[in-house]
Amino acid sequence: MKATLHRREVVGNLLSDREDLLVVAGLGSTAWDITAAGDSPLSFPTWGAMGQAAMIGLGLALAQPARRVLVVTGDGEMLMGLGALATIGVQQPRNLAVVVIDNERYGETGMQATHTAHGVDLAAVARACGFRQSTEIRKQREVESLRETIHAGAGPVFAAIKVIDEKLPLVLPPHDGVLLKTRLRRALLGDSADMPAEKF
Amino acid sequence: MQPEFWPAEVHRELGAAGVRIVGYVPDAGHKRLIELCQADPAMHAVPLTTEEEGIGLAAGAWLGGEKSVLLMQSSGVGNLINVLGMVKVCRFPLVMIVTMRGEQGEFNPWQVPMGEAVARVLDTMGVAVRQAGEARTVAAHVRAALRLAYEAQGAEAVLVAQRVIGIKSFQEQANQ
Repeated sequence: MKATLHRREVVGNLLSDREDLLVVAGLGSTAWDITAAGDSPLSFPTWGAMGQAAMIGLGLALAQPARRVLVVTGDGEMLMGLGALATIGVQQPRNLAVVVIDNERYGETGMQATHTAHGVDLAAVARACGFRQSTEIRKQREVESLRETIHAGAGPVFAAIKVIDEKLPLVLPPHDGVLLKTRLRRALLGDSADMPAEKF
Repeated sequence: MQPEFWPAEVHRELGAAGVRIVGYVPDAGHKRLIELCQADPAMHAVPLTTEEEGIGLAAGAWLGGEKSVLLMQSSGVGNLINVLGMVKVCRFPLVMIVTMRGEQGEFNPWQVPMGEAVARVLDTMGVAVRQAGEARTVAAHVRAALRLAYEAQGAEAVLVAQRVIGIKSFQEQANQ
């Protein structure tokens, strides 16, 4: 079944009226996608550490149980860190959603097929790992319903959204890692983010 | 002081520093410390499938304002090399407590190459290395590592020598 959804529209829909949603993006296309939807201090787009986006999301979700956390990553990035799905399944964070924008390609390196092009079913993996909700999405109305679940549903939530394997203009976020870290901490924690820890 | 007292001392240091998230890949040498962290209602003990996950976990925790520590065996350091790049480029605070294999008393030759390379690998990727060669020094090294990590955005590893752990055979390990 050929994908019909466009990744930028999908991510734009998921991040519309995002309010205080915390967003981690995997390196490459998904980092450009969340930036195209509108850069925010509450976003942490990665430029490396491939395979770790979901785990960064888990760390954030455990540290901020009152906030909703969304990880948006690609199929190649998720495949590199499949163990994270098992680790998240054990922790059962109610406030975490992991969404894979699945074009079945390594988009940054020449559009080589990923394992999902050969039938590997990431939503089934997440379900088997204990995610409370896990779906493969191919239709626009399912994207709209997923947006509601990300904001209000009981996690951990997983979705693999099948999208067209299109090459799109780059929309780059800042790439200074210290800036990306500090702006998120300030936006989340206020002035205390810059102050020495209390405990020493 | 008996060697088995160091895990309790380290657990007290973690609590005093306000560490809330403990990522771990089990090691026989960390058995007691893992149990103490699991039993501590102020801590989330998070079992990992591979050490790399602990770096993402620590980064996310700090983005959310919480301190963490990562427990692993020396062989696992080899799994961290690329992701330590994120720690360096973002200046994420990081504290790892690494129990050593491949040193004095090692019974498995396959543990030796990574054990020999651990300190150099960490140093190459910008992680400061503290060698805890005696049980009585482990907690002090952990305290210093926590302070430098969380006051100066440092990446710190405390290497707990194999002679502190004291396991010399498969049978002794199995009997733990």
